Amino acid sequence: MIDPIFLAEAAVNGILLGGVLALLALGLNLIFGVLDIVWIAYVDLVMLSMYLVYFLVMVYGWPIWLGALAGVGLGVVLGVLVHVLIITPILDSPPINQLLATGGLLFFIQSFATFLWTTDHRSVRLTLPIIEVGGMFLSFARLVAFGLAILAMVGLYLFLTRTYIGTAIRAVSQDRGAMALMGADPQRVYIVTSAVGGAMAGVAAALLSIQYSVHPHFGAAFGPITFMICVLGGLGNMVGAFIAAFIMSEIISVGGVLWSTEMGYVIAFALFIVMMFARPGGILARRQ
Amino acid sequence: MSPGRLLALAVLVALAAAPFVPMGGMRQYVLHVVIQIFIWSFIGQAWSLMGRFGLVSLGHGAFLGVGAYTTTLLWNFYGLTPWLGVVAAVLLAMLLAFVVAYPCSRFGITGHYFALVTLAVGEVIRLLLIAERDWTGGSLGVTLRAPGSDASLLAIQYADKRVFYYGGLALWLAGLWVWARVDRSMARSAMEAIGEDETAAASVGIHVTRFKLGITMLSAGLTAIGGVAYAQYIAYVNPETLAGIGVSLRIVFAVVLGGMYVLLGPTVGTALTIALSEYLRVVFGVKFIGMAETIYGLLLVIFIIFLPAGIYGSVAALLRRRRVPAAAPA
Amino acid sequence: MLALHEVTAGYGHFTALWAVSLRVERGEAVAVVGPNGAGKTTLLRVISGVIAPRTGTLAFESTPLTGRPPHEVVARGIAHVPEGRRLFPALTVAENLRMGAFLPAARRTFAETLERVHALFPVLAERRQQRAGSLSGGEQQMLAIGRALMSRPKLILFDEPSMGLAPVMVLRLFDLIRKIREEGYTILIVEQNVRQVLKLVDRAYLLEVGRIRMEGRADELSEQDFVRKAYVGL
Repeated sequence: MIDPIFLAEAAVNGILLGGVLALLALGLNLIFGVLDIVWIAYVDLVMLSMYLVYFLVMVYGWPIWLGALAGVGLGVVLGVLVHVLIITPILDSPPINQLLATGGLLFFIQSFATFLWTTDHRSVRLTLPIIEVGGMFLSFARLVAFGLAILAMVGLYLFLTRTYIGTAIRAVSQDRGAMALMGADPQRVYIVTSAVGGAMAGVAAALLSIQYSVHPHFGAAFGPITFMICVLGGLGNMVGAFIAAFIMSEIISVGGVLWSTEMGYVIAFALFIVMMFARPGGILARRQ
Repeated sequence: MSPGRLLALAVLVALAAAPFVPMGGMRQYVLHVVIQIFIWSFIGQAWSLMGRFGLVSLGHGAFLGVGAYTTTLLWNFYGLTPWLGVVAAVLLAMLLAFVVAYPCSRFGITGHYFALVTLAVGEVIRLLLIAERDWTGGSLGVTLRAPGSDASLLAIQYADKRVFYYGGLALWLAGLWVWARVDRSMARSAMEAIGEDETAAASVGIHVTRFKLGITMLSAGLTAIGGVAYAQYIAYVNPETLAGIGVSLRIVFAVVLGGMYVLLGPTVGTALTIALSEYLRVVFGVKFIGMAETIYGLLLVIFIIFLPAGIYGSVAALLRRRRVPAAAPA
Repeated sequence: MLALHEVTAGYGHFTALWAVSLRVERGEAVAVVGPNGAGKTTLLRVISGVIAPRTGTLAFESTPLTGRPPHEVVARGIAHVPEGRRLFPALTVAENLRMGAFLPAARRTFAETLERVHALFPVLAERRQQRAGSLSGGEQQMLAIGRALMSRPKLILFDEPSMGLAPVMVLRLFDLIRKIREEGYTILIVEQNVRQVLKLVDRAYLLEVGRIRMEGRADELSEQDFVRKAYVGL
């Protein structure tokens, strides 16, 4: 029998993981909602930002907060570059080509990272304490990451509801063509969206780099779960993605303690597949 | 005989005779590369059966893994010959395909959603293979139990690569045949209508579900055979090379690079990617690990943007266009 | 103010407009009438830049407009109330109106324009915080028009504004459009409701299978036997 305290600890860790996963899923979902494209290489962009944070902090001795800011900055730049260089030329191609193009980008980033930095795992070592709460041992780094992830999501929410361009982004995700008739240059809206999505990737990178070591296959480890969360929540549905992130992270975390890490993921993916059939539009969608 | 057929015959004869051409010390290596091209082209053809109809699977590694592990485990644990094991492998893969594809077509899961569902399936299989480490050896993989002699028909294990060469050749030709059959059959026009427009196809009375299922199961079964062939040849299976996203995407890329709408597209794409990675490996050695994939990841992006029909597909289309006005009488 | 010269346009292999020439003078209200599939919607889409003409030219206020993208056309002062309204259903009424004033110039005068729109359509002020998707058909049409007015256009294009509305609502709608006219906007309207629209406009064009069949003053046109029989239903 498993000590209930371990389960409780796993459940709390699940929530903490869910915060960062939600951030990733929201960034990806924002882009999907506006552009109708799933960036398969999204988490690989996160990985690149994590490398930047690692090198700045561990090799060049930058303070972590400055390294993290640089990571966010790189995220923005990468988001815009992906849109301008890869997505723009194929905006009107069949969706599958867009999926494959970003898949090619995934391959490129992953292998180029292997080539440049080898498959070594590199971690930003911060001496952050482990906190004991009622018999549970929780990592301070995770708590901080969770708090900042929630903060970033609140920021995203305010951006989308309180600013002009943010409202325009939501409008475009409802009707692309109509927004052009309002005098908005779609390309401009797309670039802002990609930049914001990239910024979310950068924030996630900074938060992940204090919890996990980075390696070229980091994207492959976190990518699939991120897509599953987006689809489970309903592609383009931000609230759904937020909820789905916590469902998935709980399953992974608790399942990992009850069986094994792999089984935790297997159950999460299996649930995803079943949910896909039960509610293809995502957990919040009304049944047709 | 038309010049086209004559050329095909000449290529076939050359391929059949190739293992006996003196190549100095290179023979083993060349055979090794060509066998891989045969097997992966076959797998690519299997994938393109679905891909060309808009059923883009990013989880074909699942079928590959199911195939390879089924025969390997049956042989290792029960001594069941892969000749029978492959039947079980194909049935299992088709069952898996059915379980995934039936609800997908029933509930209208297409496009992105279909791709992501299959991606999840691929991950489930890869993770299961790792999780069941008592049987599968986890991420370290399993070696096929040696049959005790250099040549065993029962175990399909041969020290002489030429056996696998001819086996691979036969497999590849069979794959081409299936592709051409599907292309010609009634299913073709029906499926194309589906690829173009789901609702239009449904309204003219085509049973969307049945066609999608049939093609998906066929593709899965063939892919499983490809997995078995690869496992028999390498005599070793592991979850990373035979399941999961990496290999699934690699299959897709090779096909897209060559062109998924033409008979020889998957072959050309596979040959190019394998040749490229072998070339880079020979020239740069292991020091430049990852360079080959870097280049073809980049190539792939460039291709999708500028030449979405693939290399061979674009060349073929160009040739057709030039031939048509020439053939028309003035 | 707006001049189309021999514009041919279509989608793919299909040609929807054949050498159409049309003029709208400042302060005028002009209608384009015709049966379903005559190319009326295509005509408006060409003007607002959604599709580019294959041949022919467009000019607005004596400067060429041919092949300009929609957002530039809006910036020049042409607002489009599209077919089917095309509101942002999940956005509130207020947010929809805000999006209408996306242009920098329109944003500067936002408060003042909003007041005018609210004066024209008081219901939009009442329903400010409601989602656009939850409005009734008539209210949605008002919002679509209000949203177009927010860009402070000189010319407004209406595409089948009466479509899908109850007969009572249609009468109110035409009253509102008349009011908008009186405020000095130039109007180009496409309608199937020929009888009503001919009462509203100064001039009209009859479009059939992509060609202009007839043009003239609205009152003259509605007297033509051909039009009466075919469209006005008298």
